[in-house]
Amino acid sequence: MSIDTKTAGRVAKLARIKVEEADLPALAQEFTNILGFIEQLNEVDVDGVEPMTSVTPQRLYRRSDAVTAGDQQAAVLANAPDAREGFFAVPMVVE
Amino acid sequence: MSDLMKLTLAGARDALRAGETTAVELAEVSLAAVAASKPLNSFVHDTSEIARSQAKAADARIHAGDAPDMCGLPIGMKDLFCTKGVATQAASAILDGFKPQYESTVSQKLFDAGAVMVGKLNMDEFAMGSSNETSVYGDAVNPWKVDERVLTPGGSSGGSAAAVAAETCLAATGTDTGGSIRQPAAFTGITGIKPTYGRCSRWGIVAFASSLDQAGPITKDVRDAAIMLEAMSGFDAKDSTSMNLPVPNFEAALTGDIRGKTIGIPKEYRVDGMPDALETLWSEGRQMLRDAGAVVKDISLPHTKYALPAYYVIAPAEASSNLARYDGVRFGHRAKLEAGDGITEMYEKTRAEGFGPEVQRRVMVGTYVLSAGFYDAYYNRARRVRALIKKDFDDVFAAGVDAILTPSTPSAAFGLGEMANANPVQMYLFDVFTVTVNLAGLPGISVPAGLDSQGLPLGLQLIGRPWEEGDLLNTAFTLEQALGFNAKPNQWWR
Repeated sequence: MSIDTKTAGRVAKLARIKVEEADLPALAQEFTNILGFIEQLNEVDVDGVEPMTSVTPQRLYRRSDAVTAGDQQAAVLANAPDAREGFFAVPMVVE
Repeated sequence: MSDLMKLTLAGARDALRAGETTAVELAEVSLAAVAASKPLNSFVHDTSEIARSQAKAADARIHAGDAPDMCGLPIGMKDLFCTKGVATQAASAILDGFKPQYESTVSQKLFDAGAVMVGKLNMDEFAMGSSNETSVYGDAVNPWKVDERVLTPGGSSGGSAAAVAAETCLAATGTDTGGSIRQPAAFTGITGIKPTYGRCSRWGIVAFASSLDQAGPITKDVRDAAIMLEAMSGFDAKDSTSMNLPVPNFEAALTGDIRGKTIGIPKEYRVDGMPDALETLWSEGRQMLRDAGAVVKDISLPHTKYALPAYYVIAPAEASSNLARYDGVRFGHRAKLEAGDGITEMYEKTRAEGFGPEVQRRVMVGTYVLSAGFYDAYYNRARRVRALIKKDFDDVFAAGVDAILTPSTPSAAFGLGEMANANPVQMYLFDVFTVTVNLAGLPGISVPAGLDSQGLPLGLQLIGRPWEEGDLLNTAFTLEQALGFNAKPNQWWR
């Protein structure tokens, strides 16, 4: 399958990565190459095969619904690019 | 004094217990070797203060007679492991300045066992790469050098492999999503094991593809791999995929007796363009295992060919989800915004500036294969093929095979920059023999086997049954003894 620049732009948008218009044709070509490689998978007969979710057939265990850690506001915010008054600060989201 | 760095983990452990050296002395010698290895660009974050204090504590434990195997041994830590208060960047600009407020389970286990961290190690950005060329710190360099070319140590654990092969530390942690422990170990003439998925906790390891990622040791030999893997392994309630199984004494499994074991040779692992030296080493390896009393037989793993394309759907898909957290809000880099930029511009500019080209490519490929309309055609199909790849292995194990012998990589290390103009898919082909093991969740180990016609190391891989790392290590130990590989690189960087 060949990926056009419009699709490449849409994927970049979905991935929240800014790609300049001028770079979209090269990106589309790369996607086309990689997807061409991936398309070999169409040769495989997968009828009746369940998609694998986990290599180890185990049920995820549960823990008791109890507080295990808390009161770590300073540690949680320690690496934030912009933290104010105990919160993460971001540009305005709602007018 | 620098002879101390020639020791194995086992040798240094025994020397410490016998009082022939101290953890402080080992740490100083290691730190000096690290400082003298700048041309290799293997160490990227200095932890010498931590190392000195850990070494002192280790000496006290040894003196008190409370010394686990790893106590006092200088190791390097891949930059993918979160280390409390120490820069952890996964070799990415997007984690610039990130200092975790917590310790990864694996590094904590190693520290609890007394290991001494002499530095953080270079790697491919977010472990995405096979040559260490996608790192924000620049390329790590292979200590092996046979002509004017500067060679890749492999990837993604390139810094780990370079550091251990250069004998600047005694061992290092690695992680392996598609071959990132075994391929660099093979390229640098040392040993690396990826355990069964779920053997080591993934908690605190920067995530790439969660269903494939596993930590493991990169060491000088199989005995060291056994010692260090044991210290890294074990159930962790903080990783829901960690397996609640006891950790055996792996070193005790190294008996050198493999009589009656069945070793499979998969015909699908013979690929076009494989160097003659590799072909020869592979058949010598077969003969050595036979001479040791194993039954060697041809087997078939029919879906091998589809492992790489399945991997390059599943790994990017999981990466696109895992890397969604890098949004410039909670940690790491945030782009400078212009007037009028809203939160979407902040995400888009931050991620464009913070992620390198290969990471961007994989995040976007992952986004595409998970997007509406393509989810079934790509992602679900890849997961079905993955189930068939695992079944290939289940079938041969059910037929009595104990381990599978293959080459580790299709060739020896290539020159840094040589693949710069290659299509990304050509670079992916270096993982052709290792990636099946991650897809099936199996343990795999690479041991150095010999040199190619240029004088560069080549590795052989053994793949084992799930949860039977002890048996696998014993087979690898037997092969290692027969191969007798002891070549080391010249220390041209000093």
